[in-house]
Amino acid sequence: MGELFASYNILGAFGLTILLAVSSAIGSLLIGTVVAIMRVSPIDFLNKVGAFYVNIVRNTPLTLIIVFCNIGFIVNLGMSFTNDIARNNIIWAIIGLSFYHAAFVCEALRSGVNTVPVGQAEAARSIGLTFSQSLSEVLLPQAFRGAITPLGNTLIALTKNTTVATAIGVAEISGLMKEMMEFRPDLIFVIFFLVALGFVILTLPVGILTTRLSTKLAVKR
Amino acid sequence: MTSVLFDHPGPKARARHRIIAAVSALLVVLALWWALAQFKEKGNLDAAKWTPFLTADLWVNYLLPGLQNTLIAAALSIVFAGAFGLVFGMGRLSHVPAIRWVSTVVVEFFRSVPVLVMMFFAFNLYAHNGVFRSDLNPLAGVVTGLTLYNGAVVAELLRSGVGSLPKGQTEAGLAIGLSRGQTLRSVLLPQAITAMLPALVSQLVVILKDTALGYLITYQELLNKFQQIGSYKSNPVPALIVIAAIFIVINYALTSLASYLERRTRQRGRATIPKGAIGPAPVDTQPIARALHDADEEVLHERYRAPGRTDDEHP
Repeated sequence: MGELFASYNILGAFGLTILLAVSSAIGSLLIGTVVAIMRVSPIDFLNKVGAFYVNIVRNTPLTLIIVFCNIGFIVNLGMSFTNDIARNNIIWAIIGLSFYHAAFVCEALRSGVNTVPVGQAEAARSIGLTFSQSLSEVLLPQAFRGAITPLGNTLIALTKNTTVATAIGVAEISGLMKEMMEFRPDLIFVIFFLVALGFVILTLPVGILTTRLSTKLAVKR
Repeated sequence: MTSVLFDHPGPKARARHRIIAAVSALLVVLALWWALAQFKEKGNLDAAKWTPFLTADLWVNYLLPGLQNTLIAAALSIVFAGAFGLVFGMGRLSHVPAIRWVSTVVVEFFRSVPVLVMMFFAFNLYAHNGVFRSDLNPLAGVVTGLTLYNGAVVAELLRSGVGSLPKGQTEAGLAIGLSRGQTLRSVLLPQAITAMLPALVSQLVVILKDTALGYLITYQELLNKFQQIGSYKSNPVPALIVIAAIFIVINYALTSLASYLERRTRQRGRATIPKGAIGPAPVDTQPIARALHDADEEVLHERYRAPGRTDDEHP
């Protein structure tokens, strides 16, 4: 096993996986929040645009989105952020991952809003809170707590989905794993369990943390 | 739907909403126009790039065989994942601690490893050991990856489906003299499967989408066809868009079926497993919370247990 670590940059590849996961998590949180605001806004047009986005994106395979980032934006339109090809691929992978997971972040946030009973809004209004007061003091705090678990699940799914970035030539762990398996078929089980263990280590804490948080912050009704 | 966030708008608010809607419509149109202009500049909107899709040749020789391969991989994975899920789902509900532990470890492991990693592993494993005829290796790799992951999800769904049933069901089964196994098989599982039907159908969308990962192990599914079409007609971008449209239509139909099933089950007054939750629903389902169930299948990667609920509660 030490041999593997010596000849392949396993930790570096996992580092890139983490970089992809963290950047895409931030990106998808930003885009997803905007879409979620559109989805819950009283303006019908924005609502429909948000719904359209979510329905299109979540019914498209992520692999297709990543491949489109490559073929459509990099190759065809020649859009590049830097001259460094490897870095440009990473940036486009992050963009693809962010736009894809934004749909799920939006649904997570929306489901959080939907855990708030109508009675809460009615009660807030009837004790004379203004719109912004009832939003900031009563509704949103409950909505965020209700969204912790689905957001955590989206983060876990996102971490695992960073592997698809290999389709755009990003040297993250699944690409390296493929390479290692091709050159060292004798160690195929070791390689698999090593990579699998890495993902367990990356995703398990998120699961435990969100479970803790959602139990601790659960709104008792 | 009544929104908790907003009051009914008055005349002023309605006027404001109209203005915001008009401005945002303008922005959307501008963005679309800009994007189209970019693609037009590279000739992607030329008629010559799109007319091939109106010929039978492209459909009969490329798109339909690709779609067929996608559906074959999905169908095989669904069958195997169902079997896997049933075995390990029942394993997790077993009364023997050893079986329960083994099943828990297996299910949790396969849920936390990316599907693509399992596909690469299975593909290389089969290829090096010559398990299948060499042209079948990509299909076998795709099906193995999808089976292990989705089987684990189905097992988890099954467990939470049984967990969501009233305790009286088990007690009644035991009281009329059924064994624990019989109670599980003939009383609990049929009800659990009805309850999980909507969630199962949305899992089909996940499976269908994930077959596209086969592209990375050279499985000749629908997405892979864009390369052949692209080099044959030199229109890779239109080809990708058409393929995306095919995926979206099929998956949208399945998503709609899932929500229909959910509505119907709900109208009959039976509990469903919310698509958003493996494990019991986190809160009591207020009418307003119904849209919660529109939450997507990715949310299925749920890994929380409700407080105070352990496996020991169910036989």
